[in-house]
Amino acid sequence: MNLTLLVEKLNLSVVCGGDGLDREVSGGYMGDLLSDVMANSREGNVWITCQSHQNIVAVSVLKEHAGIILVLGKKPDDDTIKKASREGIPLLVTELSGFETVGRIYNLLHP
Amino acid sequence: MSQKYEFSFPVKGDNFDDAGKASIQIKKRLKGLGITGDVLRRTAIAIYESEVNIISYARQGNINIRVTDDNISINIRDSGPGIADIKQAMQQGYSTANDRIRKMGFGAGMGLFNIKNCSDDFEILSKANKGTLLKILINR
Ligand SMILES: Nc1ncnc2c1ncn2[C@@H]1O[C@H](COP(=O)(O)OP(=O)(O)O)[C@@H](O)[C@H]1O
Ligand SMILES: [Mg+2]
Repeated sequence: MNLTLLVEKLNLSVVCGGDGLDREVSGGYMGDLLSDVMANSREGNVWITCQSHQNIVAVSVLKEHAGIILVLGKKPDDDTIKKASREGIPLLVTELSGFETVGRIYNLLHP
Repeated sequence: MSQKYEFSFPVKGDNFDDAGKASIQIKKRLKGLGITGDVLRRTAIAIYESEVNIISYARQGNINIRVTDDNISINIRDSGPGIADIKQAMQQGYSTANDRIRKMGFGAGMGLFNIKNCSDDFEILSKANKGTLLKILINR
């Protein structure tokens, strides 16, 4: 499954990095502690978080995530958008809670 | 024929805007040297956590990487306050990070623990008010 399908199914808004929506999603990881996400998320994962600070972008680049989903309608900081655009990391936003978001993605990935 | 590569990246303390920048550049170089998979994954985690610790706790530092056919040896040196109780600092969850640092998602107290987890050999040398040297070895 690629990000385009997730955007469609969960009605996510695409803040930036739309060119990368064809990326395959290998799975997901949810967390707000950067050390936890560095240690435990995997390449190709979609990262679900409510952390909107620009430092999430470097973590996503290093982990080679498919993209980042900010939950609860969190607005990414301007610096975050700038960095994610430059690095080509898809930045997506949902009004849903983390629980709802993860549950729906899990069901899509493991039908 | 066996080949050796060595390169260094400076890291400035308190420069949170650029946190991860050195790690990203180093990872690119390592990929270019043909390092992949679990070795690359563990190296990236170890370097990132070390970089963030310089930014969080030291004035400035340097990441030095040596790559041979057998291993990747990473020396991270900083001229910060040093670590008084290394055993305590290594404990999962122990952190002296302030509120500002925690708000950015750092300060979980997992950094040194994760570095150790990712290393085949790991040593911390530190002197109060002089600085800290992390010696990380990852076998290829
Ligand atoms: N380079 C360093 N210089 C001085 N103190 C450090 C350094 N690295 C780590 N420490 C100390 O060790 C603690 C634990 O570090 P770490 O495991 O990376 O967790 P965190 O950075 O999330 O606090 C830090 O809170 C800090 O007190
Ligand atoms: Mg740390």
